[in-house]
Amino acid sequence: MTTVADNGVNVQALLDAREVLKGAPEAAQFTWRASAKWQSGVHSTIKVQSFFGLGEEQSHKAESVFEADHPEVFAAEDNGITPIEYLIVGLASCLSAGVASVAQNRGIQLHSVEATVEGQHDIRGILGADSDVRNGYNDIKVTFHIDADASREDIEALVAQSQKRSAVFDALTNPTNVTVEVA
Amino acid sequence: MTRTTTVVIGAGHAGLAASHFLSERSIDHVVLERGEVANSWRQERWDSLRLLTPNWQSRLPGLRYEGPDPDGYLTMGEVTEFIERFAKVSRAPVRTGVNVTSVRRTDDGYHLATSDGEITGRAVVIASGACNRPTVPPLKDAVPAEVEQLTPFDYRDPTQLPDGGVLVVGASATGVQLAAELQRSGRPVTLSVGEHVRLPRTYRGRDVLWWMDASGVWDQRYDEVDDLTRARRLPSPQLVGTPERTTLDLNALAAMGVELVGRLAAIRDGRALFSGGLRNVFSLADLKLARLLDTFDEWARTRGRDAELGPPERLAPTRVPQASRLQLDLGSGEISAIVWATGFRPDYGWLDVPVIDEKGRLRHDGGVVDSPGLYALGLPVLRRRKSTFIYGIEDDAREVTDHLTGYLAARH
Repeated sequence: MTTVADNGVNVQALLDAREVLKGAPEAAQFTWRASAKWQSGVHSTIKVQSFFGLGEEQSHKAESVFEADHPEVFAAEDNGITPIEYLIVGLASCLSAGVASVAQNRGIQLHSVEATVEGQHDIRGILGADSDVRNGYNDIKVTFHIDADASREDIEALVAQSQKRSAVFDALTNPTNVTVEVA
Repeated sequence: MTRTTTVVIGAGHAGLAASHFLSERSIDHVVLERGEVANSWRQERWDSLRLLTPNWQSRLPGLRYEGPDPDGYLTMGEVTEFIERFAKVSRAPVRTGVNVTSVRRTDDGYHLATSDGEITGRAVVIASGACNRPTVPPLKDAVPAEVEQLTPFDYRDPTQLPDGGVLVVGASATGVQLAAELQRSGRPVTLSVGEHVRLPRTYRGRDVLWWMDASGVWDQRYDEVDDLTRARRLPSPQLVGTPERTTLDLNALAAMGVELVGRLAAIRDGRALFSGGLRNVFSLADLKLARLLDTFDEWARTRGRDAELGPPERLAPTRVPQASRLQLDLGSGEISAIVWATGFRPDYGWLDVPVIDEKGRLRHDGGVVDSPGLYALGLPVLRRRKSTFIYGIEDDAREVTDHLTGYLAARH
């Protein structure tokens, strides 16, 4: 490769952080937060701004507000996307960020990266219509279309490595302890 | 109290190779062995195991395989004999049945407490092995009591296990070999697969380890490897040494009827939960294998070796099961036993020198341990990619002994 790839990812900062955090595991402990407020029906508004990391309180530059509801075929008002759709929003964005970071680290120039995600969901689970059907996704498929200065094998390797280092891929493919309580 | 110049701990291939070079340099030394020569090969291996390296690679300083089957693989009995012969030929000063219980640093070297009295030496070579203890994840505690649990150290042959299904956790060399053997014994095997290293037994008509050696991959030095920590943690490849020279990858196991599931992520309420990321660990291994075969082909082409080899081959991708199970009820009776093929680790419980990192690994630079006069041999990628193979010890032992010799000379 004759030119230096620039995908807009500051890989050096990430590599530096990796070295620093190797010796400071406590600083690597992050807490992500979201707070939801029920509106009406199955519509909630979720706000995200603060988080904790590197040993102190942190904040996004601005608060993000998300509306979650259900579509009209669910007899709802459709004020926003369905909660389970937020999961695939997270997966697509996490894997895309991974592709960009890994490409930068490997000196691969990206021209375009598009991902489409399809999650197969049998809603008889959440409706309680069949106790053998699970509530969540049965299967999720992500399809990447990537234009980059690299061979098909190198692009496949980017996508494989992005899954290997993806927080959301891990969260969806492996069990996580979840505690829900009434304060 | 015995005084010597150098104490070597362990009379396996690594410790004996160190002894060979110490003798060559007339350095007074003793080799301490807790059991007999080649103890781990005698005591800590299952019955059917053969070396992963072909016989012509069974080579130690001044000794090489001269039997009738250079392309075969030594059985454990034959490995033991080979290492015993090396101990005899090199006249290694081995003291067997001596268990080292403590190594402390002193003003002018090291003080060892052993089951046979105290020994001091100016230098110590740790050659006690990389696989002293099986690694078993903490989630073993959540396995229901009616399911039997074994490590490869407990395992000798399938008849030891109860009838019924077996969950083998881990798909490195140990996991794939035990999965195949148990499946053949009539016990339906479920194999939990995380990241793994896929290799064909032969490629273009040659043993894959011939390629690793000839193409120079095995000679890659520890200070040239991109990510040394990762290289040292790499699981052993999916290989088996059989007279038929068969490939034992996941496609071969699936064809035998072994059920593949994802990495064991948790055991909750008596149910084993497996990762849904199985496809990606297949992709990672397939892509990595393709890159390795590209390296081999490129080497053969540029060195003009294509004519003596078969044509380049590409292996079929690892077949993804129609639907891999994400859960297995360990209380249902489907699974009678779990075999933890989840790796091995060295044991340094006897080493009272602060050279162990937070992960339990020895801190060393190419076998030169972070304490003057202390050395190590026989660990993964110690100085080269081939370091843990019998074949790989000669170069490492020579260089580490060179450093040790220089250290002793400088301190005269």
